[in-house]
Amino acid sequence: MSDSSLVRASLAELSAALAAKRISSVELTQLFLGRIQRYDGQLNAFVSIDPERSLAQAREADTRRADGQAQPLTGIPIAHKDVFCTKDWLTTCGSNMLHNWVAPYDAHVVQRLHATGAVLLGKTNMDEFAMGSSTENSFFGATKNPWDINAVPGGSSGGSAAAIGARLAPAATGTDTGGSIRLPASFCGCSGIKPTYGIVSRYGMVAYASSLDQGGPMAGSAEDLALLLNSMAGFDARDSTSLERPAEDYARSLTQPLAGVRIGLPQEYFAAGLDADVAKQVEAAIGEFRKLGAITIDVKLPNTSLAIPVYYVLAPAEASSNLSRYDGVRYGLRASEYHDLNDMYEKTRAQGFGSEVKRRILIGTYVLSHGYYDAYYLKAQKLRRVIAQDFADAFEQCDLIMGPTSPSVAFDIGSKTSDPVQMYLSDIYNVSINLAGLPGMSIPVGFGARQRPVGLQIIGNYFSEARMLNAAHQYQRVTDWHTRVPEWLSA
Amino acid sequence: MQLSIEEVKRIARLARLAVTDAEADAMRAQLASIFGLIEKMQAVDTSSIEPMAHAQEVAQRLRADQVTESDRHELLQRGAPAVEAGLYLVPKVIE
Repeated sequence: MSDSSLVRASLAELSAALAAKRISSVELTQLFLGRIQRYDGQLNAFVSIDPERSLAQAREADTRRADGQAQPLTGIPIAHKDVFCTKDWLTTCGSNMLHNWVAPYDAHVVQRLHATGAVLLGKTNMDEFAMGSSTENSFFGATKNPWDINAVPGGSSGGSAAAIGARLAPAATGTDTGGSIRLPASFCGCSGIKPTYGIVSRYGMVAYASSLDQGGPMAGSAEDLALLLNSMAGFDARDSTSLERPAEDYARSLTQPLAGVRIGLPQEYFAAGLDADVAKQVEAAIGEFRKLGAITIDVKLPNTSLAIPVYYVLAPAEASSNLSRYDGVRYGLRASEYHDLNDMYEKTRAQGFGSEVKRRILIGTYVLSHGYYDAYYLKAQKLRRVIAQDFADAFEQCDLIMGPTSPSVAFDIGSKTSDPVQMYLSDIYNVSINLAGLPGMSIPVGFGARQRPVGLQIIGNYFSEARMLNAAHQYQRVTDWHTRVPEWLSA
Repeated sequence: MQLSIEEVKRIARLARLAVTDAEADAMRAQLASIFGLIEKMQAVDTSSIEPMAHAQEVAQRLRADQVTESDRHELLQRGAPAVEAGLYLVPKVIE
Protein backbone atom coordinates (compact mmCIF):
# COMPACT_ATOMS: atom_id res chain seq x y z
CA MET A 1 0.00 0.00 0.00
CA SER A 2 1.20 3.52 -0.76
CA ASP A 3 1.57 6.06 2.03
CA SER A 4 -1.39 8.05 0.75
CA SER A 5 -3.68 5.02 0.71
CA LEU A 6 -2.53 4.03 4.22
CA VAL A 7 -3.33 7.53 5.43
CA ARG A 8 -6.88 7.21 4.08
CA ALA A 9 -7.38 3.57 5.08
CA SER A 10 -9.99 2.36 7.55
CA LEU A 11 -8.95 0.53 10.69
CA ALA A 12 -10.08 -2.76 9.14
CA GLU A 13 -7.89 -2.08 6.10
CA LEU A 14 -4.91 -1.15 8.29
CA SER A 15 -5.47 -4.29 10.33
CA ALA A 16 -5.54 -6.38 7.14
CA ALA A 17 -2.35 -4.69 5.86
CA LEU A 18 -0.62 -5.51 9.16
CA ALA A 19 -1.89 -9.09 9.10
CA ALA A 20 -0.69 -9.57 5.51
CA LYS A 21 2.71 -8.10 6.48
CA ARG A 22 2.36 -5.42 3.81
CA ILE A 23 3.44 -2.99 6.53
CA SER A 24 4.70 -3.25 10.10
CA SER A 25 3.31 -1.38 13.09
CA VAL A 26 6.64 0.43 13.39
CA GLU A 27 6.34 1.69 9.79
CA LEU A 28 2.69 2.64 10.29
CA THR A 29 3.47 4.49 13.52
CA GLN A 30 6.39 6.28 11.83
CA LEU A 31 4.07 7.30 9.00
CA PHE A 32 1.61 8.99 11.36
CA LEU A 33 4.34 10.47 13.60
CA GLY A 34 5.85 11.93 10.41
CA ARG A 35 2.53 13.51 9.50
CA ILE A 36 2.21 14.97 13.00
CA GLN A 37 5.70 16.46 12.71
CA ARG A 38 4.92 17.82 9.25
CA TYR A 39 1.46 19.28 9.84
CA ASP A 40 0.73 19.71 13.52
CA GLY A 41 2.65 22.98 13.74
CA GLN A 42 -0.29 24.47 11.83
CA LEU A 43 -3.09 22.50 13.52
CA ASN A 44 -2.01 22.17 17.17
CA ALA A 45 -4.09 19.00 17.52
CA PHE A 46 -1.56 17.34 19.84
CA VAL A 47 -0.48 18.41 23.32
CA SER A 48 2.25 15.79 23.61
CA ILE A 49 3.89 13.09 21.55
CA ASP A 50 6.66 10.71 22.61
CA PRO A 51 7.93 9.01 19.42
CA GLU A 52 10.34 6.71 21.26
CA ARG A 53 7.62 5.28 23.47
CA SER A 54 5.15 5.01 20.60
CA LEU A 55 7.72 3.14 18.53
CA ALA A 56 8.58 0.86 21.45
CA GLN A 57 4.88 -0.04 21.70
CA ALA A 58 4.81 -0.57 17.92
CA ARG A 59 7.75 -2.99 18.16
CA GLU A 60 5.92 -4.92 20.89
CA ALA A 61 2.85 -5.05 18.64
CA ASP A 62 4.92 -6.38 15.74
CA THR A 63 6.36 -9.09 18.00
CA ARG A 64 2.91 -9.98 19.23
CA ARG A 65 1.66 -10.27 15.66
CA ALA A 66 4.65 -12.42 14.70
CA ASP A 67 3.78 -14.68 17.65
CA GLY A 68 0.25 -15.11 16.33
CA GLN A 69 -1.30 -13.22 19.25
CA ALA A 70 -2.72 -10.28 17.30
CA GLN A 71 -6.19 -8.82 17.74
CA PRO A 72 -7.81 -6.45 15.20
CA LEU A 73 -6.33 -3.28 16.74
CA THR A 74 -2.86 -4.71 17.42
CA GLY A 75 -0.26 -2.34 15.98
CA ILE A 76 -2.68 0.44 15.04
CA PRO A 77 -1.71 3.89 16.34
CA ILE A 78 -4.46 5.63 18.32
CA ALA A 79 -4.39 9.05 19.99
CA HIS A 80 -5.95 9.78 23.37
CA LYS A 81 -7.71 12.95 24.39
CA ASP A 82 -5.57 14.49 27.12
CA VAL A 83 -8.39 13.97 29.63
CA PHE A 84 -7.49 10.26 29.89
CA CYS A 85 -4.79 9.33 32.39
CA THR A 86 -1.80 7.71 30.72
CA LYS A 87 0.73 6.19 33.08
CA ASP A 88 4.13 7.94 33.09
CA TRP A 89 2.92 10.26 30.33
CA LEU A 90 1.77 13.89 30.66
CA THR A 91 -1.97 14.23 31.31
CA THR A 92 -2.78 17.94 31.25
CA CYS A 93 -6.50 18.27 30.57
CA GLY A 94 -5.55 21.38 28.60
CA SER A 95 -4.96 23.22 31.89
CA ASN A 96 -2.17 25.18 33.47
CA MET A 97 -3.25 23.44 36.70
CA LEU A 98 -1.99 20.09 35.32
CA HIS A 99 0.44 21.36 32.67
CA ASN A 100 3.28 19.20 34.04
CA TRP A 101 1.27 16.44 35.74
CA VAL A 102 2.30 12.90 34.89
CA ALA A 103 -0.45 10.36 35.56
CA PRO A 104 0.45 7.56 37.98
CA TYR A 105 -1.90 5.06 36.31
CA ASP A 106 -3.75 4.33 33.06
CA ALA A 107 -7.44 5.10 32.57
CA HIS A 108 -9.61 2.02 32.01
CA VAL A 109 -10.04 2.98 28.34
CA VAL A 110 -6.28 3.39 27.93
CA GLN A 111 -5.69 0.01 29.59
CA ARG A 112 -8.26 -1.66 27.35
CA LEU A 113 -6.82 -0.28 24.12
CA HIS A 114 -3.27 -1.02 25.26
CA ALA A 115 -4.30 -4.59 26.06
CA THR A 116 -5.48 -5.09 22.47
CA GLY A 117 -2.04 -4.00 21.28
CA ALA A 118 -3.02 -0.55 19.99
CA VAL A 119 -0.11 1.92 19.93
CA LEU A 120 -0.41 5.19 21.87
CA LEU A 121 0.34 7.84 19.24
CA GLY A 122 0.04 10.93 21.45
CA LYS A 123 -2.29 13.04 23.57
CA THR A 124 -4.69 15.44 21.90
CA ASN A 125 -5.62 19.03 22.71
CA MET A 126 -8.93 19.94 24.32
CA ASP A 127 -10.84 22.72 26.00
CA GLU A 128 -9.56 23.03 29.55
CA PHE A 129 -11.16 20.29 31.69
CA ALA A 130 -13.42 19.55 28.68
CA MET A 131 -15.32 22.82 29.17
CA GLY A 132 -15.94 24.37 25.80
CA SER A 133 -17.24 23.93 22.29
CA SER A 134 -14.28 25.15 20.25
CA THR A 135 -10.96 23.92 21.74
CA GLU A 136 -9.99 27.56 22.13
CA ASN A 137 -9.97 27.26 25.95
CA SER A 138 -6.73 25.30 26.13
CA PHE A 139 -3.64 26.35 28.09
CA PHE A 140 -1.72 25.04 25.05
CA GLY A 141 -3.46 27.32 22.55
CA ALA A 142 -6.34 26.78 20.14
CA THR A 143 -6.55 23.80 17.79
CA LYS A 144 -7.30 24.67 14.14
CA ASN A 145 -9.81 23.00 11.87
CA PRO A 146 -8.05 20.98 9.16
CA TRP A 147 -10.72 22.00 6.62
CA ASP A 148 -10.07 25.70 7.22
CA ILE A 149 -7.41 26.83 9.65
CA ASN A 150 -9.38 30.01 10.35
CA ALA A 151 -12.19 27.88 11.81
CA VAL A 152 -12.46 26.16 15.18
CA PRO A 153 -12.46 22.34 15.23
CA GLY A 154 -15.34 22.27 17.72
CA GLY A 155 -14.88 21.13 21.28
CA SER A 156 -14.06 19.94 23.68
CA SER A 157 -12.48 16.91 21.91
CA GLY A 158 -11.22 19.24 19.15
CA GLY A 159 -7.68 17.87 19.10
CA SER A 160 -8.90 14.33 18.48
CA ALA A 161 -11.33 15.48 15.76
CA ALA A 162 -8.73 17.66 14.02
CA ALA A 163 -6.16 14.84 14.18
CA ILE A 164 -8.60 12.43 12.49
CA GLY A 165 -9.92 15.01 10.01
CA ALA A 166 -6.32 15.74 9.00
CA ARG A 167 -5.46 12.04 9.10
CA LEU A 168 -2.67 12.65 11.59
CA ALA A 169 -4.18 9.69 13.44
CA PRO A 170 -6.47 6.94 12.14
CA ALA A 171 -8.54 7.02 15.35
CA ALA A 172 -8.71 8.71 18.73
CA THR A 173 -10.62 8.74 21.97
CA GLY A 174 -12.89 11.56 23.07
CA THR A 175 -15.26 12.41 25.87
CA ASP A 176 -18.71 13.92 25.66
CA THR A 177 -20.44 15.74 28.53
CA GLY A 178 -22.66 18.00 26.41
CA GLY A 179 -21.63 17.34 22.80
CA SER A 180 -17.84 17.19 23.10
CA ILE A 181 -17.44 14.17 20.79
CA ARG A 182 -20.28 14.94 18.38
CA LEU A 183 -19.72 18.67 17.78
CA PRO A 184 -16.01 18.40 16.89
CA ALA A 185 -16.67 15.27 14.80
CA SER A 186 -19.24 17.31 12.89
CA PHE A 187 -16.96 20.35 12.46
CA CYS A 188 -13.96 18.27 11.31
CA GLY A 189 -15.79 15.83 9.02
CA CYS A 190 -15.21 12.68 11.06
CA SER A 191 -17.38 10.13 12.84
CA GLY A 192 -17.81 9.90 16.60
CA ILE A 193 -20.11 8.19 19.07
CA LYS A 194 -21.04 8.99 22.65
CA PRO A 195 -22.32 5.70 24.04
CA THR A 196 -25.13 5.21 26.54
CA TYR A 197 -24.05 6.58 29.92
CA GLY A 198 -22.36 3.82 31.92
CA ILE A 199 -21.05 1.70 29.03
CA VAL A 200 -17.50 3.09 28.96
CA SER A 201 -15.74 3.32 32.32
CA ARG A 202 -14.90 6.78 33.63
CA TYR A 203 -11.99 5.41 35.68
CA GLY A 204 -8.96 7.58 34.97
CA MET A 205 -10.98 10.04 32.90
CA VAL A 206 -10.51 13.41 34.60
CA ALA A 207 -13.95 14.40 35.87
CA TYR A 208 -15.90 17.42 34.65
CA ALA A 209 -19.61 16.63 35.32
CA SER A 210 -19.72 13.04 36.48
CA SER A 211 -23.41 12.31 35.86
CA LEU A 212 -23.00 13.37 32.21
CA ASP A 213 -19.37 12.52 31.26
CA GLN A 214 -18.96 9.60 28.89
CA GLY A 215 -15.97 8.47 26.84
CA GLY A 216 -16.25 7.23 23.29
CA PRO A 217 -14.36 6.64 20.05
CA MET A 218 -13.74 9.02 17.15
CA ALA A 219 -12.60 7.78 13.73
CA GLY A 220 -13.13 7.87 10.00
CA SER A 221 -16.22 5.70 9.77
CA ALA A 222 -19.00 3.96 11.69
CA GLU A 223 -17.35 0.62 11.00
CA ASP A 224 -14.17 1.88 12.70
CA LEU A 225 -16.19 3.17 15.65
CA ALA A 226 -17.75 -0.27 16.16
CA LEU A 227 -14.31 -1.87 16.25
CA LEU A 228 -13.04 0.68 18.77
CA LEU A 229 -16.14 0.53 20.96
CA ASN A 230 -15.74 -3.25 21.18
CA SER A 231 -12.43 -2.60 22.96
CA MET A 232 -13.42 0.46 24.99
CA ALA A 233 -16.76 -0.66 26.43
CA GLY A 234 -17.19 -3.01 29.34
CA PHE A 235 -17.85 -3.23 33.04
CA ASP A 236 -15.28 -1.78 35.41
CA ALA A 237 -15.79 -2.04 39.16
CA ARG A 238 -13.60 1.04 39.69
CA ASP A 239 -16.33 3.28 38.21
CA SER A 240 -19.38 3.21 40.48
CA THR A 241 -21.67 4.05 37.54
CA SER A 242 -20.24 1.43 35.18
CA LEU A 243 -23.04 -0.87 34.07
CA GLU A 244 -22.79 -4.65 34.49
CA ARG A 245 -24.00 -5.97 31.15
CA PRO A 246 -22.99 -8.89 28.97
CA ALA A 247 -20.28 -8.01 26.42
CA GLU A 248 -21.67 -6.87 23.08
CA ASP A 249 -20.27 -6.97 19.56
CA TYR A 250 -21.10 -3.49 18.33
CA ALA A 251 -20.30 -4.52 14.75
CA ARG A 252 -22.77 -7.40 14.75
CA SER A 253 -25.49 -5.66 12.77
CA LEU A 254 -23.48 -3.31 10.53
CA THR A 255 -24.59 -5.06 7.35
CA GLN A 256 -28.31 -5.26 8.15
CA PRO A 257 -30.54 -3.53 5.59
CA LEU A 258 -32.43 -0.44 6.76
CA ALA A 259 -35.77 -1.40 5.22
CA GLY A 260 -38.55 -0.44 7.60
CA VAL A 261 -36.34 1.29 10.17
CA ARG A 262 -38.34 4.21 11.58
CA ILE A 263 -36.39 7.47 11.78
CA GLY A 264 -37.89 10.21 13.94
CA LEU A 265 -37.27 13.79 12.86
CA PRO A 266 -37.77 16.19 15.79
CA GLN A 267 -39.37 19.36 14.47
CA GLU A 268 -37.55 21.36 17.16
CA TYR A 269 -34.19 20.41 15.56
CA PHE A 270 -35.23 21.89 12.21
CA ALA A 271 -36.76 25.11 13.58
CA ALA A 272 -35.50 28.71 13.56
CA GLY A 273 -31.82 28.94 14.44
CA LEU A 274 -30.71 26.18 12.06
CA ASP A 275 -28.55 27.54 9.24
CA ALA A 276 -29.89 26.87 5.74
CA ASP A 277 -26.62 25.34 4.48
CA VAL A 278 -26.65 22.79 7.32
CA ALA A 279 -30.39 22.06 6.87
CA LYS A 280 -29.82 21.38 3.16
CA GLN A 281 -27.11 18.74 3.74
CA VAL A 282 -28.94 17.11 6.64
CA GLU A 283 -32.14 16.86 4.61
CA ALA A 284 -30.20 15.38 1.68
CA ALA A 285 -28.72 12.78 4.06
CA ILE A 286 -32.18 11.92 5.39
CA GLY A 287 -33.24 11.47 1.75
CA GLU A 288 -30.47 8.86 1.39
CA PHE A 289 -31.80 6.99 4.40
CA ARG A 290 -35.24 6.96 2.77
CA LYS A 291 -33.65 5.53 -0.40
CA LEU A 292 -32.12 2.85 1.80
CA GLY A 293 -35.61 1.86 2.88
CA ALA A 294 -35.98 3.75 6.15
CA ILE A 295 -39.26 5.42 6.99
CA THR A 296 -39.21 8.96 8.38
CA ILE A 297 -41.78 10.27 10.81
CA ASP A 298 -42.13 13.60 12.60
CA VAL A 299 -41.60 13.44 16.34
CA LYS A 300 -41.67 16.08 19.04
CA LEU A 301 -39.09 16.93 21.67
CA PRO A 302 -41.08 19.83 23.12
CA ASN A 303 -38.67 20.71 25.93
CA THR A 304 -35.60 21.09 23.70
CA SER A 305 -35.26 24.79 24.54
CA LEU A 306 -34.83 23.93 28.24
CA ALA A 307 -31.82 21.68 27.66
CA ILE A 308 -29.16 24.41 27.58
CA PRO A 309 -30.47 26.18 30.74
CA VAL A 310 -30.69 22.85 32.59
CA TYR A 311 -27.25 21.77 31.43
CA TYR A 312 -25.68 25.07 32.52
CA VAL A 313 -26.96 24.51 36.04
CA LEU A 314 -26.17 20.81 36.45
CA ALA A 315 -22.81 20.62 34.68
CA PRO A 316 -21.28 23.65 36.45
CA ALA A 317 -22.70 22.42 39.79
CA GLU A 318 -20.98 19.06 39.36
CA ALA A 319 -17.85 20.78 38.02
CA SER A 320 -17.56 23.14 40.98
CA SER A 321 -17.60 20.10 43.24
CA ASN A 322 -15.26 17.95 41.11
CA LEU A 323 -12.71 20.71 40.57
CA SER A 324 -12.46 21.50 44.28
CA ARG A 325 -9.76 18.81 44.34
CA TYR A 326 -7.30 21.20 42.63
CA ASP A 327 -6.10 22.90 45.76
CA GLY A 328 -2.36 23.18 45.22
CA VAL A 329 -1.81 20.34 47.68
CA ARG A 330 -2.34 17.04 45.91
CA TYR A 331 -1.86 17.68 42.20
CA GLY A 332 0.01 19.85 39.76
CA LEU A 333 0.35 23.58 40.21
CA ARG A 334 0.83 25.55 43.42
CA ALA A 335 1.09 29.36 43.42
CA SER A 336 4.62 30.53 44.18
CA GLU A 337 3.69 33.24 46.69
CA TYR A 338 1.00 33.20 49.39
CA HIS A 339 0.68 34.16 53.01
CA ASP A 340 -1.55 31.43 54.43
CA LEU A 341 -3.43 28.26 53.46
CA ASN A 342 -6.56 30.00 52.15
CA ASP A 343 -4.46 32.46 50.19
CA MET A 344 -2.57 29.50 48.70
CA TYR A 345 -5.81 27.85 47.61
CA GLU A 346 -7.19 31.05 46.11
CA LYS A 347 -4.04 32.07 44.26
CA THR A 348 -3.31 28.55 43.02
CA ARG A 349 -6.80 28.23 41.58
CA ALA A 350 -6.77 31.77 40.15
CA GLN A 351 -3.48 31.03 38.35
CA GLY A 352 -4.20 27.41 37.45
CA PHE A 353 -7.65 27.76 35.86
CA GLY A 354 -8.55 29.63 32.69
CA SER A 355 -11.49 31.99 32.41
CA GLU A 356 -14.13 29.50 31.17
CA VAL A 357 -13.33 27.04 33.95
CA LYS A 358 -13.55 29.86 36.51
CA ARG A 359 -16.87 30.96 35.03
CA ARG A 360 -18.35 27.47 35.40
CA ILE A 361 -16.98 27.04 38.91
CA LEU A 362 -18.63 30.32 39.88
CA ILE A 363 -21.97 29.36 38.29
CA GLY A 364 -21.85 25.98 40.02
CA THR A 365 -20.90 27.44 43.38
CA TYR A 366 -23.72 29.97 43.13
CA VAL A 367 -26.48 27.49 42.19
CA LEU A 368 -25.44 25.19 45.03
CA SER A 369 -25.09 27.96 47.59
CA HIS A 370 -27.41 28.47 50.54
CA GLY A 371 -30.83 29.75 49.54
CA TYR A 372 -30.49 29.00 45.82
CA TYR A 373 -30.34 25.20 45.75
CA ASP A 374 -34.09 24.63 45.22
CA ALA A 375 -34.51 27.39 42.67
CA TYR A 376 -31.65 26.23 40.49
CA TYR A 377 -30.16 22.81 41.17
CA LEU A 378 -33.32 20.97 42.22
CA LYS A 379 -35.35 22.72 39.52
CA ALA A 380 -32.81 21.64 36.90
CA GLN A 381 -32.87 18.05 38.15
CA LYS A 382 -36.65 18.00 37.78
CA LEU A 383 -36.43 19.39 34.27
CA ARG A 384 -33.80 16.78 33.47
CA ARG A 385 -36.52 14.19 33.97
CA VAL A 386 -38.90 16.16 31.75
CA ILE A 387 -36.28 16.21 28.97
CA ALA A 388 -35.54 12.48 29.36
CA GLN A 389 -39.29 11.78 29.17
CA ASP A 390 -39.50 13.65 25.84
CA PHE A 391 -37.08 11.10 24.38
CA ALA A 392 -38.89 8.15 25.96
CA ASP A 393 -42.12 9.38 24.30
CA ALA A 394 -40.40 9.89 20.93
CA PHE A 395 -38.87 6.41 21.00
CA GLU A 396 -42.38 4.96 21.35
CA GLN A 397 -42.81 5.98 17.72
CA CYS A 398 -39.38 5.48 16.15
CA ASP A 399 -36.18 3.43 16.27
CA LEU A 400 -33.69 6.25 15.74
CA ILE A 401 -33.82 10.04 15.86
CA MET A 402 -31.91 12.12 13.33
CA GLY A 403 -31.17 15.79 12.94
CA PRO A 404 -28.27 18.22 12.64
CA THR A 405 -25.36 17.85 15.06
CA SER A 406 -24.93 21.62 15.19
CA PRO A 407 -26.98 24.61 13.99
CA SER A 408 -24.01 25.88 11.96
CA VAL A 409 -20.81 24.71 10.33
CA ALA A 410 -17.55 25.41 12.19
CA PHE A 411 -17.36 29.08 13.18
CA ASP A 412 -14.30 31.34 12.92
CA ILE A 413 -11.65 31.22 15.62
CA GLY A 414 -12.26 34.06 18.08
CA SER A 415 -15.80 34.77 16.89
CA LYS A 416 -17.58 33.52 20.04
CA THR A 417 -14.92 33.73 22.73
CA SER A 418 -16.24 36.99 24.19
CA ASP A 419 -19.86 35.80 24.36
CA PRO A 420 -20.24 32.64 26.48
CA VAL A 421 -23.97 32.35 25.82
CA GLN A 422 -23.46 32.22 22.03
CA MET A 423 -20.76 29.59 22.55
CA TYR A 424 -23.07 27.53 24.78
CA LEU A 425 -25.82 27.56 22.15
CA SER A 426 -23.52 25.67 19.72
CA ASP A 427 -24.49 22.55 21.68
CA ILE A 428 -28.25 23.11 21.54
CA TYR A 429 -28.94 19.76 19.80
CA ASN A 430 -26.40 17.86 21.90
CA VAL A 431 -26.79 18.46 25.62
CA SER A 432 -30.25 16.92 26.05
CA ILE A 433 -28.83 13.54 24.96
CA ASN A 434 -26.33 13.68 27.84
CA LEU A 435 -29.03 14.79 30.28
CA ALA A 436 -31.11 11.75 29.28
CA GLY A 437 -28.02 9.48 29.22
CA LEU A 438 -28.78 8.31 25.68
CA PRO A 439 -26.26 7.38 22.99
CA GLY A 440 -25.64 9.92 20.23
CA MET A 441 -23.31 10.05 17.25
CA SER A 442 -22.27 12.34 14.42
CA ILE A 443 -21.28 11.41 10.88
CA PRO A 444 -20.22 13.68 8.01
CA VAL A 445 -22.91 14.34 5.39
CA GLY A 446 -21.37 16.96 3.12
CA PHE A 447 -20.17 20.54 3.18
CA GLY A 448 -21.90 23.81 3.97
CA ALA A 449 -20.83 27.44 3.85
CA ARG A 450 -17.16 28.04 2.96
CA GLN A 451 -16.73 24.30 2.30
CA ARG A 452 -16.83 23.46 6.01
CA PRO A 453 -18.17 20.00 6.96
CA VAL A 454 -21.75 19.32 8.10
CA GLY A 455 -22.58 16.55 10.57
CA LEU A 456 -25.72 14.45 10.93
CA GLN A 457 -26.62 13.50 14.48
CA ILE A 458 -28.06 10.05 15.08
CA ILE A 459 -29.66 9.49 18.48
CA GLY A 460 -30.63 6.06 19.71
CA ASN A 461 -32.53 4.62 22.63
CA TYR A 462 -30.53 3.25 25.57
CA PHE A 463 -28.09 0.49 24.52
CA SER A 464 -28.92 0.81 20.81
CA GLU A 465 -25.36 1.62 19.68
CA ALA A 466 -25.24 -1.38 17.31
CA ARG A 467 -28.39 -0.16 15.56
CA MET A 468 -27.05 3.42 15.27
CA LEU A 469 -23.74 2.16 13.89
CA ASN A 470 -25.68 -0.05 11.46
CA ALA A 471 -27.61 2.96 10.12
CA ALA A 472 -24.46 5.09 9.86
CA HIS A 473 -22.55 2.28 8.13
CA GLN A 474 -25.31 1.70 5.57
CA TYR A 475 -25.24 5.44 4.77
CA GLN A 476 -21.44 5.38 4.47
CA ARG A 477 -21.63 2.42 2.07
CA VAL A 478 -23.52 4.56 -0.44
CA THR A 479 -21.80 7.93 0.15
CA ASP A 480 -18.18 9.03 0.33
CA TRP A 481 -18.24 12.13 2.58
CA HIS A 482 -16.44 10.20 5.32
CA THR A 483 -13.52 9.41 3.00
CA ARG A 484 -12.74 13.04 2.11
CA VAL A 485 -9.41 14.48 3.23
CA PRO A 486 -8.53 18.20 2.98
CA GLU A 487 -6.49 18.86 -0.17
CA TRP A 488 -3.42 20.28 1.59
CA LEU A 489 -3.23 17.21 3.84
CA SER A 490 -3.86 14.53 1.24
CA ALA A 491 -0.24 13.91 0.18
CA MET B 1 -30.44 38.72 37.05
CA GLN B 2 -27.74 41.22 37.94
CA LEU B 3 -25.14 40.29 40.55
CA SER B 4 -23.22 42.99 42.41
CA ILE B 5 -19.42 42.99 42.47
CA GLU B 6 -19.68 42.07 46.16
CA GLU B 7 -21.83 39.02 45.33
CA VAL B 8 -19.39 37.87 42.65
CA LYS B 9 -16.55 38.21 45.13
CA ARG B 10 -18.52 36.31 47.77
CA ILE B 11 -19.09 33.39 45.38
CA ALA B 12 -15.44 33.49 44.31
CA ARG B 13 -14.48 33.35 47.97
CA LEU B 14 -16.72 30.28 48.48
CA ALA B 15 -15.07 28.69 45.42
CA ARG B 16 -11.58 29.64 46.67
CA LEU B 17 -10.78 31.68 43.58
CA ALA B 18 -8.85 34.93 43.97
CA VAL B 19 -10.44 37.70 41.89
CA THR B 20 -9.57 41.35 41.54
CA ASP B 21 -12.29 44.02 41.44
CA ALA B 22 -11.74 44.41 37.71
CA GLU B 23 -12.13 40.65 37.14
CA ALA B 24 -15.23 40.51 39.31
CA ASP B 25 -16.73 43.37 37.32
CA ALA B 26 -16.00 41.63 34.00
CA MET B 27 -17.47 38.34 35.28
CA ARG B 28 -20.56 40.15 36.50
CA ALA B 29 -21.74 40.96 32.97
CA GLN B 30 -21.03 37.45 31.67
CA LEU B 31 -22.70 35.76 34.62
CA ALA B 32 -25.72 38.01 34.16
CA SER B 33 -26.18 36.85 30.56
CA ILE B 34 -25.71 33.19 31.57
CA PHE B 35 -28.23 33.51 34.39
CA GLY B 36 -30.56 35.21 31.92
CA LEU B 37 -30.43 31.96 29.95
CA ILE B 38 -30.87 29.80 33.06
CA GLU B 39 -33.90 31.80 34.23
CA LYS B 40 -35.92 30.23 31.37
CA MET B 41 -36.28 27.18 33.62
CA GLN B 42 -38.56 29.08 35.98
CA ALA B 43 -41.34 29.29 33.38
CA VAL B 44 -42.10 25.56 33.75
CA ASP B 45 -44.18 24.18 36.61
CA THR B 46 -42.25 21.23 38.05
CA SER B 47 -44.13 20.84 41.35
CA SER B 48 -45.22 17.26 40.60
CA ILE B 49 -41.95 16.03 39.09
CA GLU B 50 -39.36 13.92 40.87
CA PRO B 51 -35.79 15.20 40.45
CA MET B 52 -33.52 13.06 38.25
CA ALA B 53 -29.98 12.85 39.59
CA HIS B 54 -28.67 10.26 37.21
CA ALA B 55 -29.24 8.80 33.76
CA GLN B 56 -29.43 5.20 34.92
CA GLU B 57 -31.55 4.28 37.91
CA VAL B 58 -29.12 1.80 39.44
CA ALA B 59 -28.33 1.10 43.06
CA GLN B 60 -24.80 1.42 44.35
CA ARG B 61 -22.91 -1.86 44.26
CA LEU B 62 -21.80 -3.25 47.59
CA ARG B 63 -18.62 -5.21 48.11
CA ALA B 64 -17.13 -7.25 50.91
CA ASP B 65 -15.44 -5.12 53.57
CA GLN B 66 -11.93 -6.22 52.67
CA VAL B 67 -8.73 -4.39 51.82
CA THR B 68 -8.46 -4.34 48.02
CA GLU B 69 -6.02 -1.49 47.43
CA SER B 70 -2.32 -1.65 48.05
CA ASP B 71 -0.45 1.31 49.56
CA ARG B 72 0.68 3.40 46.60
CA HIS B 73 1.21 6.72 48.36
CA GLU B 74 4.69 7.22 46.98
CA LEU B 75 3.49 6.84 43.41
CA LEU B 76 0.40 8.97 43.95
CA GLN B 77 2.30 11.74 45.73
CA ARG B 78 4.79 12.11 42.90
CA GLY B 79 2.56 14.68 41.19
CA ALA B 80 2.07 16.80 44.31
CA PRO B 81 3.77 20.21 44.67
CA ALA B 82 5.31 19.64 48.13
CA VAL B 83 5.75 16.31 49.92
CA GLU B 84 8.02 15.28 52.76
CA ALA B 85 8.21 11.94 54.56
CA GLY B 86 5.00 10.79 52.90
CA LEU B 87 3.09 13.91 54.01
CA TYR B 88 1.66 16.75 51.93
CA LEU B 89 3.21 20.04 53.04
CA VAL B 90 0.91 23.06 53.45
CA PRO B 91 1.37 26.47 55.08
CA LYS B 92 1.05 26.44 58.86
CA VAL B 93 -2.62 26.52 59.93
CA ILE B 94 -2.31 26.34 63.73
CA GLU B 95 -0.33 28.98 65.58
